[in-house]
Amino acid sequence: MPHMLRFLFSRLTKAILVLGVVVVLNFTLIHAAPGDPATVMAGEAGAADQMFVDQLRKQFGLDQPLYVQLGTYVGHILQGDLGYSVRQQRPVADLLLDRLPATVALTMSAFVLALGGGIAMGLLAAVNVGKWSDSAITVVALLSYATPIYWVGLMLVLVFSVNLGWFPAFGYESIGAGKEGLARFADILEHMALPVVTLGLFYMAVYTRLTRASALEVSSMDFVKTARAKGQSEWKIVTRHVLRNAILPVLTVAGVQAGQLVGGSILVETVFAWPGLGRLTFDAVLQRDYQVLLGVFFVTSVLVIVFNIITDVLYVLIDPRVEIA
Amino acid sequence: MFNRDFTEAFLRNKGAVVGLVIVAAILLLAAFADVIFPGDPWDMAGAPFTHPLDDGMLFGSDMLGRDIASGIAHGARVSLLIGLTSTVVAVAAGVLLGALAGFHGGRIDDAIMRFTELFQTIPNFVLVVVIVAIFTPSLFSIVVAIALVSWAPLARLVRGEFLALRSREFVQAAITCGQSNAAIIFRQILPNCLSPIIVSASLMVATAILLESSLSFLGLGDPNAMSWGFMVGSARTVLRQAWWMSFFPGVAILLTVLGLNLVGEGLNDAFNPRLRRKRKA
Repeated sequence: MPHMLRFLFSRLTKAILVLGVVVVLNFTLIHAAPGDPATVMAGEAGAADQMFVDQLRKQFGLDQPLYVQLGTYVGHILQGDLGYSVRQQRPVADLLLDRLPATVALTMSAFVLALGGGIAMGLLAAVNVGKWSDSAITVVALLSYATPIYWVGLMLVLVFSVNLGWFPAFGYESIGAGKEGLARFADILEHMALPVVTLGLFYMAVYTRLTRASALEVSSMDFVKTARAKGQSEWKIVTRHVLRNAILPVLTVAGVQAGQLVGGSILVETVFAWPGLGRLTFDAVLQRDYQVLLGVFFVTSVLVIVFNIITDVLYVLIDPRVEIA
Repeated sequence: MFNRDFTEAFLRNKGAVVGLVIVAAILLLAAFADVIFPGDPWDMAGAPFTHPLDDGMLFGSDMLGRDIASGIAHGARVSLLIGLTSTVVAVAAGVLLGALAGFHGGRIDDAIMRFTELFQTIPNFVLVVVIVAIFTPSLFSIVVAIALVSWAPLARLVRGEFLALRSREFVQAAITCGQSNAAIIFRQILPNCLSPIIVSASLMVATAILLESSLSFLGLGDPNAMSWGFMVGSARTVLRQAWWMSFFPGVAILLTVLGLNLVGEGLNDAFNPRLRRKRKA
């Protein structure tokens, strides 16, 4: 598929441009921060006199003109060097790589749940428009859309772990249980249930509303009437004709909102002590560890771009009319 | 724009009326917080861990004996203040950039839209957290950070409206009359696309309130202002013993955001009667 390759290539060029801007933004933020980096570093190292600060400034090239510093910074990022966290005594890139798999697992599962659940619910509401199931779905979606994500998490913990004891309230797996293989996998799944539902619920509401609106619009179109007139079964009309057309605007929004999904995981991970990037961010906020924060911003931007490319590819697969340019 | 037909259409929508009542109640609560709950919401009002309805405290007290109901009333001010001001800033920026892009078209349009797209791609919440953390949390830094991540969708919307209206006859007439670009943008085109802007603005206030509460949940709120997110966040560690401390402030956020969303949708439906009829069909 040379078309697909060219499409991916153009997306990647765009992605690199976006990342370039993110890097420049990161650099600007470091330098716009109150107090120059040398004093901050000196502060982190404990007390310091003027000579030590000057020495730091020289050591880290802070006495160079800004554009030279930007060049050095970009060079470092290209080599995978995202800075060094003085607080945690480790390179930022290592810290991020440690935490990345947990966040990817959480956001991807939530994304799949939200998209699948949202499209199913929205379609169900549209098919039963005006009946009680439509009203019920609409009200639940409206409520979930207005609820702060971290509060949903806390309330789910209250109900499902504190009162009912069905799911563990925090962590990634049971500590010291020594489970292996399938048992360990099941254990992790059990720990994932609440965080994934929490993160997915808000976006499920968004996609439900979108799918409902767009399915209603599509089902009044002529080709649906034609399908009905030629005697096609209602099930086939909904799945083959309505769904395939109604899903497109939903995918567009899903792609645009991927960034917010990744952002929401910060809150969810904080609530559930999920050992991912979000938890790292929370700790970095508490310790004012800017290097780690900027690293998180960079890595989450990469994640968002990956999400965007995935939804673009899905879009092309579902709608063959889209020109792959 | 706000004629009788509009009012009737808005009031016929049950959801919109419920939303309006909720928003009005929250506004009153914020306005009269000092009258209903005199005294500092940070002060101890009774024994710590008081259950709801005990000791004359409707929603109970928190770990330090602060009255939760009082915190909610005073927190309403912060939420509304930040929600409204950041929306005003974001609307100003979004309208200006969107109008310039849609009116001029060509290279200016291209450049502004690239910039807008970029801001839509960047993970919003992460950027807000990074900015507020680096510039230390204060009302000012929070408003700026929220506005910075909220203007982009509005700019796209305004640009679309301007593109559509630019070729209309009344605009051509204004150009022929020799009106300046600024006059055409602000006095001819802008008044004609106010309704979608008003709708998005009301939804933006809701999103801004959610963002602010998430920030203060993470401990990045203004340290001098009692806020709903902070109350939920600080009570998180005692969730097992005292559910009410995080439950009630969360309900306050939920109701406010729900009310604003309902009003926004009601406005949208009232502005576009034809669309509404189609949706019901």
